[in-house]
This record gives sequence, structure tokens and C-alpha cells, in this order.
Amino acid sequence: MKVRVHVSLKNGVLDPQGRAIHHALEGLGFAGVKDVRAGRLFELDVADDTSDEALDEMCRKLLANMVIENYRIEKVAA
Amino acid sequence: MPFTSAVITFPGSNCDRDMAVAVEEVCGGTVHRVWHGDASLPEGLDFIAVPGGFSYGDYLRSGAMAARSPIMQAVVEAAGRGVPVLGVCNGFQILTEAGLLPGALMRNAGIRFVCREVPLKVENSQSLFTQRYFKDQVITIPVAHHDGNYFADAETLDRLEGEGRVAFRYAEPVNGSQRDIAGVLNEAGNVLGMMPHPERMIEAAQGGSDGRKLFEGVLAGLNVSA
Repeated sequence: MKVRVHVSLKNGVLDPQGRAIHHALEGLGFAGVKDVRAGRLFELDVADDTSDEALDEMCRKLLANMVIENYRIEKVAA
Repeated sequence: MPFTSAVITFPGSNCDRDMAVAVEEVCGGTVHRVWHGDASLPEGLDFIAVPGGFSYGDYLRSGAMAARSPIMQAVVEAAGRGVPVLGVCNGFQILTEAGLLPGALMRNAGIRFVCREVPLKVENSQSLFTQRYFKDQVITIPVAHHDGNYFADAETLDRLEGEGRVAFRYAEPVNGSQRDIAGVLNEAGNVLGMMPHPERMIEAAQGGSDGRKLFEGVLAGLNVSA
């Protein structure tokens, strides 16, 4: 089973990298970019019988830092 | 009983030797060098230091991989028993990732790596680590980090301040840290994490000795002979 885990910063957490990317886009002449938030994408290939609880635990214990980040699990059709 | 300490080394640690030298110089006794893959710590430790560097190449998040390494289980257990634990720079990041300290250390607000001496204000002079300083004393200690921007939610920050758990604060803006927090204590007061490097300021040859008193405090608090 292929799973994508999207990790993003929580609302209200300042994102210096996102801000720098935003400035760079403006520097390249792209107008109208209102905000940029940088995140991470993990692509996991896990056993088909992996439970949702186990996936949640993987995110909470390692893939995301729950102090500053949220995660979203997306199961990808084979 | 002579002072017995451990300095943990992870792949990518680079301040472990400086830390071991500082602890040996100030506290004396035996400094054990412990490898990240070890499952247990030496017996009878008076002090554990988690040093700076770029453990595991800062993969995933700074300190994230190191916090899940075998030795950190033992460090968490020792901290729970009351053994003093100091995390400096990457060590601070590791202690937050391991859940021993609240908050997280994010990319510096100015994006750039910051490497310079900074003025630090001693906020709490009652802790084991800070008892040799005066409250509101301003000391000079170097920082060298890319991810030192301390973040915690407002409720956590209020609690830390209210409980006297902010040990050090930057006396000028350095990295965008919430409320200029440079070092925090755990609830029991036996774990300190800080971004600045006290082990790099223990004698005049290093440009100053303001870091020395931190190690002297640990030694004094333990009632053991150097």
C-alpha cells in the first residue's frame, strides 16, 4: 500500500523558509503570490494490512513534530 | 566519590570533545564518552551532556533522528531519576525532540546561520545549572546554529515563565526565538537545554570564561569532589 504523508507547519507558526521562498518568487517577477508555507511530503510503501492507528503513530512519533506541525495521511490507489 | 559524567556522541556530533574537555576541566573526575548506539549508560552518573553538532546530518528535523537513537531511551530514563542533563545547541534540539523539554527549535528567523558571541541574561539563578550566576547577570557565550529559533505556544511560554523555567534569555535579538528564550529547564529542574555553547567559554584562552560557572554549579549542586 502506498501512502503519502503531508507534513505542514501549524497555523500561527512563523515559517522563515516559506517567507524566503515567497520573496524569491517575487524576485523572479511572479506577481500576486500572497503567502508561501513550506512543508514536507513522505511517500511510504507499507504492508497492506497496516492499520490507520499505526500510520497515525508513525506520524506522531517521528514524521511530524506535533509541537509545530500538522500531518495529513493520504492513501494512494495502487 | 569523584564526579562521574557522560558525554553522548552521535554520528555528526562535533562539540562532543569540547564538551568532554570542559566537563573534565571544571568538574574533574571521569568523563565517559558514550556512543549513540549503546543501549545503556555507565553506572552511577552524576551528569550527562548531550553536545552540539549536526547529528544524523539534521535529517528530517534537527535532533529528530538522534532523539530516537538507542542511547536516548537511557538518557530519558536517567533524567526521570533526577540525573542532571545538559543539552547544548544540537543537544537542546535533541532534548526537545525526545520530549524531555517543551517547545521546538525552528530555522532562524533571518534564515542565516548565526555564529557569534551573544549577550545572555540569566533569568533564573536558582537552578542547579545557574546557581553560580546572579539573577539578571549578563554573560557572554557564543552561539553557532541554523535552527535556534525557539517556538512554543503562548500557553506553554506563559507556564515556563511563571515557573521560572526560562534559564537564559538573549539580551539582544539573535534568531527570532519566542520571547528571546535561549535556554529552558524541565519541570523538575534537572534538565537544561540551551542554544549557546557554555563549553566554549571556560577559560581566558577561549576569549572568556562565562560558561565555566554553569559547570561549577552542576558540581557544587551534587556535593561530590572534583
